[in-house]
Amino acid sequence: MAIVWIPSPLQSLTNGEITVRADGGNVKELVEDLDRNYPGFKSAIVAEGVLVRPGISVVVDGRVVKKGLLHPVGVESEVFFIPAIGGG
Amino acid sequence: MNKPKKPPGFRVVGTNPIRPDGLDKVTGRAVYGDDFKIAGMLHGHVLRSPHAHARIKSIDTRKALRLPGVRAIITGADFPKPSVPMVGMGEGGHFDMNDAADNVIAKKKVFYDGHVVAAVAADNPHLAEEAAALIEVKYEVLPPVMDVRSAMAPGAPVLHETFNPGAFFMKTIKVLPNASRLELGAGDIAKGFAEADVIVEREFTTETVHQGYIESHICTAQWDERGQVTIWTTTQGAFAIRDQVAIICALPMSHVRVVPLEIGGGFGGKDTAYIEPLAAMLAKKADRPVKVVMSRAESLRATGPSPGTYIKAKMGAKRDGTLVAADLSLAFEAGGFPGGPIAAGTLTSITRYNIPNVRLEGFDVLVNKPKMKPYRAPGATQSHFAVEQLLDELAEKIGMDPVDFRLKNVMKTGDRLILGFPSPPIGGAELLEAVKKHPHYKAPLKENQGRGMAFGFWFGAGLTSSAELSVNSDGTVQMCTASCDLSGTRLTLAMQAAEALGIDVDDVSPTVGDTHSVGYALQTVGSRTTFATGIAVIETAQKVLQEMACRAALLWETDAANINVENGIFTDRNNPAHKFNFKELADKLEHSGGPVSAQSTVTPERVGFQLAALLVDVEVDTETGKVDILRCTAFQDAGKAVHPDFVAGQVQGGVAQGLGWALNEEYWYDAKGHLCNASLLDYRMPTALDVPMIDVVILETPNPGHPYGVRGVGEVPIVPPAAAVAIAIHNAIGVRMDHLPMKPGCVLQKIKDQRAAAAA
Repeated sequence: MAIVWIPSPLQSLTNGEITVRADGGNVKELVEDLDRNYPGFKSAIVAEGVLVRPGISVVVDGRVVKKGLLHPVGVESEVFFIPAIGGG
Repeated sequence: MNKPKKPPGFRVVGTNPIRPDGLDKVTGRAVYGDDFKIAGMLHGHVLRSPHAHARIKSIDTRKALRLPGVRAIITGADFPKPSVPMVGMGEGGHFDMNDAADNVIAKKKVFYDGHVVAAVAADNPHLAEEAAALIEVKYEVLPPVMDVRSAMAPGAPVLHETFNPGAFFMKTIKVLPNASRLELGAGDIAKGFAEADVIVEREFTTETVHQGYIESHICTAQWDERGQVTIWTTTQGAFAIRDQVAIICALPMSHVRVVPLEIGGGFGGKDTAYIEPLAAMLAKKADRPVKVVMSRAESLRATGPSPGTYIKAKMGAKRDGTLVAADLSLAFEAGGFPGGPIAAGTLTSITRYNIPNVRLEGFDVLVNKPKMKPYRAPGATQSHFAVEQLLDELAEKIGMDPVDFRLKNVMKTGDRLILGFPSPPIGGAELLEAVKKHPHYKAPLKENQGRGMAFGFWFGAGLTSSAELSVNSDGTVQMCTASCDLSGTRLTLAMQAAEALGIDVDDVSPTVGDTHSVGYALQTVGSRTTFATGIAVIETAQKVLQEMACRAALLWETDAANINVENGIFTDRNNPAHKFNFKELADKLEHSGGPVSAQSTVTPERVGFQLAALLVDVEVDTETGKVDILRCTAFQDAGKAVHPDFVAGQVQGGVAQGLGWALNEEYWYDAKGHLCNASLLDYRMPTALDVPMIDVVILETPNPGHPYGVRGVGEVPIVPPAAAVAIAIHNAIGVRMDHLPMKPGCVLQKIKDQRAAAAA
């Protein structure tokens, strides 16, 4: 099962757990799996369909992944949701 | 063919060729926004609100329209409501298009001094200005709120009854009438401070500052008979302007062509449409081309500066120098619309150190100032001003060398950030060691002189870039990207193309394309162009080599798998007599299938973090409080410096801007919210007389996310200067500075307070 790092604002949903394990072949499926155990997680991350909410970047195994929720994950993957940062 | 081999060393990367655009720029041949002229062109003038906060009751344009030579007038009523609520900027960033549209021209309320309420197109600029003055706008003036603490206080005037508080990070909540909040944390903050032997706590304030690009915003719009508009403009991102204009003016994106002209500086302030939609709508209404020029005063009043802040910071360390806790609350101005750089400011505040127990609280606060925009490592200079000073104070209290203190806690490759993910390869320890070993670090100082050191971090950005390469029959290559050239990137990209193709850089002719001529690219922001567009260029070069290897195989009547390519030389493994250099093969392309060209669009996923440190010596005049900069040495990890002179130039420019931020620059508003120093006489940027030679030390810890190891370099140099100068002032005269800018009055007040405390 992949490891999902829970962003601080959502740790109240996971009873303070910083990392949780989830099942899925891509980030979307992980989020849906998490939402079953921690209701509200999906609505905090997903805007509509397969689109991540504005302002959030998806990081899988150290890469800011372009495919976002559709990016495939492995059983040993680490997944993060971080604030989007561009620059000047 | 085989995959092209990377040469053991670099032939082109790491050298300092002459920039191809240099001669045009120094001779005045380069075409900037104001150089652009077109037959039949009208001139626009924008009417701006004299109030910082007001409801628009009515706008009467009749008198202005009666003025001979006035061809069109537009107000907010001429613009549709955007049908697309958000437009992406990549990596999760976005523009809220309703806010962007309201920022371009006010509809019901004005939110800052200088907010656009109407615009005129006339036969000449003077007539347009005269007509604008005849437009009668009735306002219901509302009380303004001008700083973050006032805006967060109970009973503060409310800017927006509703706003999208989730616009800048996750599902944050609107916690206060004018503010939304984010919080990040790690460990147990109470436990962390309980473990600390030494705790320091201070409050800091910083003022709003502007990027200060020398060329203001200028654009020209022209429609054709098919209903398509072309806009020539000065911008950091032609596609970003295209997208914003299309949405704000309700046009298909394919009907908007944006041609980027040469740009006289941007630093984050030119990634947003301000006057382009106005010029487009005026041109449409007048059925003539229209140029709109923002004056310096307009630029200062109504484009996007960097936020003023209030920061409360508390940090704790053990006696052995181990950092154990950090608790920061940062309130950043958002301006008249939500979405300032609070997330970046918050995250970068401590990211470069390992601290087990952390609480970071950020507030994005609406105030009656222009919508804040990025400025070179947005948000980081402000948060570093606080954190680096507390670190210096902790080191002092512990009795530890400040560089050793940072070395003990510095983030290394694989250490986890507060967001959880492990740091990619990073050379923080190497950078700090370089600081310590540099002769400047131990150079003697005189009375009232002090030395400060600060260490800065910036994430950088990847984002989407495109490149196209076409091989000419003489072996030269045309290169086109959509990445606007702010800092010599035409050359750094051409160098990477030349390196990859195995040809001379003089044989690559780089151009910046418009939105109808080249693949999509996001803006030249986030120190990303040499890095990200460089990857697009290298990928494209590899496609070109692949196709040329196929042509060589065709000509030699062998299989492409037998072709070897190295340093631009094509050989046949099975026949040593078969050998072409790049030019020889280019000459044969026409007769082996036609010319070769290739295109790539990439979105790099592994951005190399940026680190910089600054050593600065100051002298303080204890009678006046004036601070003089005596010496600067800047250290920066470039990953791989493609053009070392350009890297040094970026570092020097960033440091110079940071010194201005440290000592002089600030927006001055009166109580009614009018900007009082909207000129460069009164908004005091540093000059050559204020800044000594800035020595630059370049380190190279390769970024594995780029084929040549490149990291972005443009932004992070601005991060350490304000903190470094504050620390230097402390080391010169013993006072701790808590406000930016550290102008003479502020320093003198600290000296007086110090003397009063000593006397008591």
